[in-house]
Amino acid sequence: MESKISISNLDFFYGKAQALFDITLEIPERQIVAFIGPSGCGKSTFLRTLNRMNDTIPIASVTGTVMIDGEDIYKAGTDVVALRRKVGMVFQKSNPFPKSIFDNVAYGIRINGIHTSKADLAARVQKALADAALWDEVKDRLTTSAFGLSGGQQQRLCIARALAVQPEVILMDEPASALDPIATQKIEELVVELKREYTIVIVTHNMQQAARVSDKTAFFMLGKLIEYNPTQKMFTNPDEKLTEDYITGRFG
Amino acid sequence: MAQTGAIGDKIFRTILLLAAASILLIVVAIFYMMVQNSLPTLERFGIGFLTGSEWRPAQEEFGALPFIYGTLVSSLIALVLAVPISLGIAIFLVEQAPIKIARPIAFMVELLAAIPSVVYGLWGIFVLAPFIRNHLGVFLQDYLGWLPFFQGRLTGIGMLTAGIILALMITPIITAVVRDVLEAVPTTQREAALALGATKWETTTIVLGNAASGIAGAVVLGLGRAIGETMAVTMVIGNSPQISASLFEPANTIASLLAANFAEATDRIYLSALIEIGLVLFLVTFVVNALAKLLIMSVGGNSSSSKHV
Repeated sequence: MESKISISNLDFFYGKAQALFDITLEIPERQIVAFIGPSGCGKSTFLRTLNRMNDTIPIASVTGTVMIDGEDIYKAGTDVVALRRKVGMVFQKSNPFPKSIFDNVAYGIRINGIHTSKADLAARVQKALADAALWDEVKDRLTTSAFGLSGGQQQRLCIARALAVQPEVILMDEPASALDPIATQKIEELVVELKREYTIVIVTHNMQQAARVSDKTAFFMLGKLIEYNPTQKMFTNPDEKLTEDYITGRFG
Repeated sequence: MAQTGAIGDKIFRTILLLAAASILLIVVAIFYMMVQNSLPTLERFGIGFLTGSEWRPAQEEFGALPFIYGTLVSSLIALVLAVPISLGIAIFLVEQAPIKIARPIAFMVELLAAIPSVVYGLWGIFVLAPFIRNHLGVFLQDYLGWLPFFQGRLTGIGMLTAGIILALMITPIITAVVRDVLEAVPTTQREAALALGATKWETTTIVLGNAASGIAGAVVLGLGRAIGETMAVTMVIGNSPQISASLFEPANTIASLLAANFAEATDRIYLSALIEIGLVLFLVTFVVNALAKLLIMSVGGNSSSSKHV
């Protein structure tokens, strides 16, 4: 299987404190990879190294390489804006802009100048909303504020917003952790659906969720990658004792 | 049977109620006192007091229009100059500057707010006025002299000087409020924009969109200060009750008129005129604030995230 992202020997520091230790990992194209592990294990930090979102933290530093499609994204002269367009992100807490539903989804299209005409823009917004399984619920209220939507709808709006700029990879940082079970189920179904077109990396503290949606699972503890295997194997016959202890709930 | 602490809570609530009521009482009392004391001119001139443009106390002629005009125009100049600068400083401090640079700059801005107004006035007389007379004014007349705003004799004392001094004086307060408002915008908004491939500038526009109502509030606060500022304006505006399109001409504001003339207003009708114009200032401030509140509400309706999150 083709690797979309190859991470080798990645170390991450907040100032002098090391948060990630020598991580090497391959993320296959058009698959779902889940990162699991106890709170503070570095899984979110690791996720955020993949679109350089940690750049916003002044004291953060990274060594090692992250190759996406064979390009090292930490190489000097990397176009971070272009990188983030290619590697989209959905956050733990839904964070729509204080704009209308339409303008939220259109935002990324507009700033990146993707559309060719007004009609094209509208078509792209519709497609993104449809792909995020939200179109039917919002098609009659596109011009109303995004804050009028429910929590689950807001999160799917954020997914639509990310899809609209046509990324190749989507990073999801505990996308359903603030949602009720029904909204969570919708997001999970959506994630599986999106695999057809996108490479997806999802951080979750919910092991059942990882088991349900992902093809491969990586288990992190204290900033180290403990085990990385196909999800099926991980949850039935893990290689590491630590993984088994975590999955069976002996700690965490 | 009385519940534990019921009496204490009752007293506590009464004290709070009194505190809240005192504000209303003070406003009403001031308003009543001013109306009462300006009755002589209110009865004698009626609406003509507001529309009249002659102010000759010796002849018992009182037209407040030049002072209303001067107050509004000088405040407007101050806003036009101060708002972009304040926004620039605040955005720089919150969105761009590393903390090592942001701290000292923020400290300097706060220091600027602590300078007494009379010192601004002195600086206006001895530094700004000559600068406008010899440099800025000359420059403006050379290049924009065809505009009515920049015609006439250059003395260095006048509307423009007052506007610039006011701009300096309201910059710290607008900057400080805008900075607080920007800092209150959740980081997740910035990250959402960045994750979509937004540049720093585009991310900043998202932050500003979130902060719009707060920024409007900051501007209003600045306007309120500018309208009421007295000492520094008196020192540089020229204290001449005239309405002129030229910003180089001397003018006068309500606050400045009151400060300069109260001591010598001995006869009843003159005093009444001054109190009535004070009442006008009171009402102008009131209307400006009400308008601004409406503005904030209209912005807040669809763009304030703080309400919904």
